[in-house]
Amino acid sequence: MTNEVLIEFQNITKTFGSITANAGVNMDIRKGEILSVLGENGCGKTTLMNMLAGIYYPDGGKILIGGKEVLIHSPKDAFRYKIGMIHQHFKLIDVFSAAENVVLGVKDGSKYNLKNVKKRIGEMCDRYGFHINPDKKIYEMSVSEKQTVEIIKVLYRGADILILDEPTAVLTPQEIRKLFDVLRAMRADGKSIIIITHKLNEVMEISDRVAVLRKGKHIATVNTTETNEQELTEMMVGKKVTLNIDRSLVENPQDRLLVMDLNCTDLEGVKVLDHVSFTARSGEILGIAGIAGSGQRELLEAIAGLQKLDSGEIIFNRPKKNLPVSFYHKTLNEVKFLAKEGRFHYEDGTPVDLSGKSNSEIKKLVNDGKILFNEDEVMSLRDKTPLQIRELGVRLSFVPEDRLGMGLVGNMDLVDNMMLRSYRKGNSALLNRKKPESLADTIVKDLEVVTPDLHTPVRKLSGGNVQKVLVGREISLAPKVLMAAYPVRGLDINSSYLIYNLLNKQKKEGVAVIFVGEDLDVLLGLCDRILVINSGRVAGILDARTVTKEEVGFLMTKTDGGEGNANG
Amino acid sequence: MDKTNESKETTKQRFSLPFHVIKRINIPVWKKILIYAVAIITGLLLSSLICAGFAGKSPVDFFVYLFKGAFGSSRRIWVLLLDMALLLGTSIALIPAFKMKFWNLGGNGQILVGCLSAVACMNFLGGKVSNGLLIFIMFLASVAAGIIWALIPALFKAFFNTNETLFTLMMNYIAIGLVRFCIASWVKSGSGVLTPIGYGNLPKLYNDQLLTILVFVILTLFMFVYLKYSKHGYEISVVGESVNTAKYVGINVSKVIIRTMILSGAIAGLVGFFIAGAVDHTVSDAAANNMGFTAIMTSWLAAFNPLVMMLTCFFISFISKGMLQVRTDFGLSSDSIANIVVGLVYFCVIACAFFVNYKIVFRKKEDK
Repeated sequence: MTNEVLIEFQNITKTFGSITANAGVNMDIRKGEILSVLGENGCGKTTLMNMLAGIYYPDGGKILIGGKEVLIHSPKDAFRYKIGMIHQHFKLIDVFSAAENVVLGVKDGSKYNLKNVKKRIGEMCDRYGFHINPDKKIYEMSVSEKQTVEIIKVLYRGADILILDEPTAVLTPQEIRKLFDVLRAMRADGKSIIIITHKLNEVMEISDRVAVLRKGKHIATVNTTETNEQELTEMMVGKKVTLNIDRSLVENPQDRLLVMDLNCTDLEGVKVLDHVSFTARSGEILGIAGIAGSGQRELLEAIAGLQKLDSGEIIFNRPKKNLPVSFYHKTLNEVKFLAKEGRFHYEDGTPVDLSGKSNSEIKKLVNDGKILFNEDEVMSLRDKTPLQIRELGVRLSFVPEDRLGMGLVGNMDLVDNMMLRSYRKGNSALLNRKKPESLADTIVKDLEVVTPDLHTPVRKLSGGNVQKVLVGREISLAPKVLMAAYPVRGLDINSSYLIYNLLNKQKKEGVAVIFVGEDLDVLLGLCDRILVINSGRVAGILDARTVTKEEVGFLMTKTDGGEGNANG
Repeated sequence: MDKTNESKETTKQRFSLPFHVIKRINIPVWKKILIYAVAIITGLLLSSLICAGFAGKSPVDFFVYLFKGAFGSSRRIWVLLLDMALLLGTSIALIPAFKMKFWNLGGNGQILVGCLSAVACMNFLGGKVSNGLLIFIMFLASVAAGIIWALIPALFKAFFNTNETLFTLMMNYIAIGLVRFCIASWVKSGSGVLTPIGYGNLPKLYNDQLLTILVFVILTLFMFVYLKYSKHGYEISVVGESVNTAKYVGINVSKVIIRTMILSGAIAGLVGFFIAGAVDHTVSDAAANNMGFTAIMTSWLAAFNPLVMMLTCFFISFISKGMLQVRTDFGLSSDSIANIVVGLVYFCVIACAFFVNYKIVFRKKEDK
């Protein structure tokens, strides 16, 4: 790394309506360095880089390249200054091959000649250690391959400054390692690389310097060797945070949910769940790891009663042993029938015999809580609708991946969203908004939801607050099984840890928690067992306390042939 | 080369627009009302200039005739209110469906079959049963016919997920065809016009119009409560906002679609019943007066709020009644001038939504 300053931001400001995305940012980028731009969601790191890439134009301040002020109006201008950005959401044409995507829109005066393009791509691959088949179509590619195409696209246009927006978010540990090797090779070649990220361990591993942004302001740029994760977090969040997830031991685990041999095909006829079996236990967090789209969503939706199954069985063990029978879920006739079957006992252990007792006597016994269950109740959830599951008395909470599209209604306020689960209660045709209102109030206070008031549409809240509302509602149902799909996706550090703590609290209260995650560090730190799902199959169920990231990553990407990586 | 690039870009910036558009986060209610008021006035001013230009009269006269046409006599006011009530009825028939994002374009057809059924009862049972019983039978027949017309596309949507817009639209034409067929077979003279029938006419309440007006105003209040405070209304909103969320919380989406369309069709049928029993006492293929489409506009302008809809329905009825007078007094033979005015006002009202959602900020002059 040289100390030659390549790009300088001077007092850059950008606002969107009343929101200030960047306020007076001064920082520099040097030649031949890897610079991490670190910050929480919404701190303005992507906005800042978008101004360098020509997507936005700053409202105030200057950008200097090589000491001269430049105006970057479009990505085309950016390329003229040898700046290229790889966006988080890839901008590729699915039905084109890699080479066609790379050359698309390049006007270098030469004739369109795919052979030459491929040759140049080959040269680049050799130089930096990529592997890509230039004839492969984008829709056939893995996420990591698509990312490679994006990087080549930028290099092909002659970029010397590469901006990567959250490049590791969707990669496995093995793929991340490969990417980092490539980035190092490019740095050795004199290119400057900017990585936008909020993952601290990666910052420490790859970058030479770290620029920390907080609430649109540039806090500091430090050399990576002179700092540590704790210090960076404090700069990023603005206060001290503890980064430990405390994982308590599993106490008295009992089989709560038995998933047996589930098979499921989607509308296109692709098998999305392939003989999936596992058991979720009370007082335990079961993590589910896998590449996005390996069947995680279908699995949770199948349990929640939202997915049609080809075959298989889902059994819920309702913890009822030695608990009183109630008329909430059982009718009088059912109580009589079960008593005849010998399923109940009195407090002193003697079996219940209801023959010869009048209905009112039986009602009194039940209402006084004198009749107790001998065993847990076993019930099948297969082919039940969510409403039927609810009516069975199964307290199953589900925090779906698509928060505003499934878990909540974006245009409704907090109160009406609280009501989604409970509005049916009571015989009145009219709604009772009192209880949901007090629940919303409690959740806002307990989980520190930032909202102008309880009557704000939830879509106007930030991602973290939306998630708090959803998780809060699902936990308020006092679940026996809690399923959460990517509950911290897009959340800042504080909110993420709040969610982890909530899940841990549920675990301690004896809930069987199922946690679908993408960050392996979190999965390994939070869960008790990890189920690895790979193309709809259970690739393994591992002890989270002893397994390594690499082992999990290997199982996630393993193909039938047993090869480690699909990219190879 | 860098030099030329730079100079090119500085010139480029010099000629960029002096303002940019920003999304409003929150807008106070008074400002919103003000923007709409300005839009309506702008629309009317433009219309007055155009009409006056065509007729060679003063734009001030335009406003005089417009108000005279709508409010000129007590009878005119009652007729205006009656028009408003029928339009309101059609609008409240549509909004439960619209809130569910079920685009019911079949209001016309549903009204028409309702009207036709009532007139059929009047035609065949008139004089044979007591008037009270006849009215009751008419009521049942109209509502049932409206329900059937709405239920057919609803069932297809609920079970086969067919597109409801085309389906409901096509049902309109079937209804029109049915009306023409019935008239042709009932009217022996072959004139194609069914003269008003003396049986089954609704009783007068103070005058010819009040009963109809009262019924639909009360129904509007009921619809407001139903959509906002009832469990059914809540389910409608959830299904409309997100079918996935509805399924997730265990709402039976097909059931809600069918139930809501039954309600929608029933109210449309009721509008038909009042047209037959209290207004026209006959049926023609234009009996729905295109309200099924006009009501789409009134409900959208009111953002599906039944109470606001009273205002939008009143306004639209006012314009169309007032324009009749302007047309006569300005000697404009063609109906199209009235349509131009209505279109212009709509245009201004709809366009002003831009200023409700966005504001324009002029760039401050650079210090340089």
